[in-house]
Amino acid sequence: MGAGHAHALYVHEHSAVHRLAPEAKLAAALSFIAAVAVTPREAVWAFGLYALVLALVLAAARVPPRFLFLRLLGILPFVAFAFLIPFVATGDRVEVLGIEVSGEGLWGAWNILAKATLGAATSIGLAATTEVPKLIEGLGALKVPAVLVSIAAFMIRYLELIAEELGRMRMAMAARGYDPHWLGQVKPIAAAAGAMFVRSYERGERVHSAMLARGYSGVMPVLRPAGAGWFDWLLAMTLPLTGVVIAAVALVVT
Amino acid sequence: MSHPVSVADLHFAYPDGRQALSGVTFSVGKGERLAVLGPNGAGKTTLALHLNGLLRAARGTIRIGDLEVTDDNLVEIRRRVGLVFQDPDDQLFMPTVAEDVAFGPANLGLEGDELEGRVDEALAAVEATNLRQRVPHHLSGGEKRRASLATVLAMDPGVLVFDEPASGLDPAGRRELMETLVGLPVTQVLITHDLPLALELCPRSVILDEGRVSADGPTAGLLGDDELLARHRLEMPYRLDGRKSGR
Repeated sequence: MGAGHAHALYVHEHSAVHRLAPEAKLAAALSFIAAVAVTPREAVWAFGLYALVLALVLAAARVPPRFLFLRLLGILPFVAFAFLIPFVATGDRVEVLGIEVSGEGLWGAWNILAKATLGAATSIGLAATTEVPKLIEGLGALKVPAVLVSIAAFMIRYLELIAEELGRMRMAMAARGYDPHWLGQVKPIAAAAGAMFVRSYERGERVHSAMLARGYSGVMPVLRPAGAGWFDWLLAMTLPLTGVVIAAVALVVT
Repeated sequence: MSHPVSVADLHFAYPDGRQALSGVTFSVGKGERLAVLGPNGAGKTTLALHLNGLLRAARGTIRIGDLEVTDDNLVEIRRRVGLVFQDPDDQLFMPTVAEDVAFGPANLGLEGDELEGRVDEALAAVEATNLRQRVPHHLSGGEKRRASLATVLAMDPGVLVFDEPASGLDPAGRRELMETLVGLPVTQVLITHDLPLALELCPRSVILDEGRVSADGPTAGLLGDDELLARHRLEMPYRLDGRKSGR
């Protein structure tokens, strides 16, 4: 991983979307997803419009289509069961490609697939244009409780460290000929997980000591750079506003 | 005049009963750079945690300037004594270096331009201005070390306490760190088993072993006493011996 930019989810570009204040982007992404979620599944045209609008934003942010596609594959395990619904659901049967399936089930599958894909694509767009520290900053600016913001920040800060530690531990095990093939051999893995837990706990204590040493008194100090201007909000909100209009029309006509 | 740091008859035992310090006494003069040497398990880190009030003495006293370390003046003690931890990953926990450097002074109540000023000064003092917006996890060992030093300098301490300052650094990083330390106009306590580092940076050393100060004197003299070193499981690397290098 490069030294400069932190995350595999981030696309290093200098677009207008990248420059928007993180809190405006977070709020915009969340409200857009909400608009998508309340849209009736029968309004197929609305989902097409959502996809179009989102594609325009992602193009403006210069998020490569291939990047988006590869990241979207991540939702596959979650939508996999959506494909089962037409076969197991009850109700009127319809024939698709020579197979008889439930019509109600087909709509159910479509509903999950369309909304999950749009929701994931929106989140990918947000993560691709906003660095992790900025996202944390945005959560704070949106008045998410400070404890939750701190927990998220700590988790992100130490997750990679713990993953690296786990990797080293696995390598050390492999170096001594550990090559598990059957269930009876999992004991060392359980022991390693236990050791990881203790190490992380101890690190937590050391980090807490280091914080106390610098005058921490139980409340994270507020370090807030200049907030989002009205222009940021206006620009960011064009996405969810468009979404809300589409959702409203879809609700009325369906 | 009171010493920046004076420790008298300090005793401490961990909750599991292990006696870590059993009567430590020493003091550090203003602007002095003192090395606290000792083998693993001598109580060095335990001592470091006491100097900043993170651990509380079971018996004995610690004074920082005219102030005794007690519950009532912990905030001021922690402002006066900057503690640089052995593992920078324990020290750097905020999403960016700049936020981490701002953490201490913000806890002291600084904000706005004053806080920004402190962050800028501290980063400049360790030549880390370019690390400002970097994510701590992705810094090199030497950069992490400089960043953690900046987080402490930002609190404007009169005393700096380092726990194994050079551990994990490559020779160039170690050289840079030493140059940085020499350039800092504050009283410094270096807790280490790195004897060449002590010899180069600290005119005076104390040897801590089994929770007691067993020697206190000019570093070159202590490190020239092979028998003393051997008794306390300390060794000069070959050819770096104080006498042989002509210091």
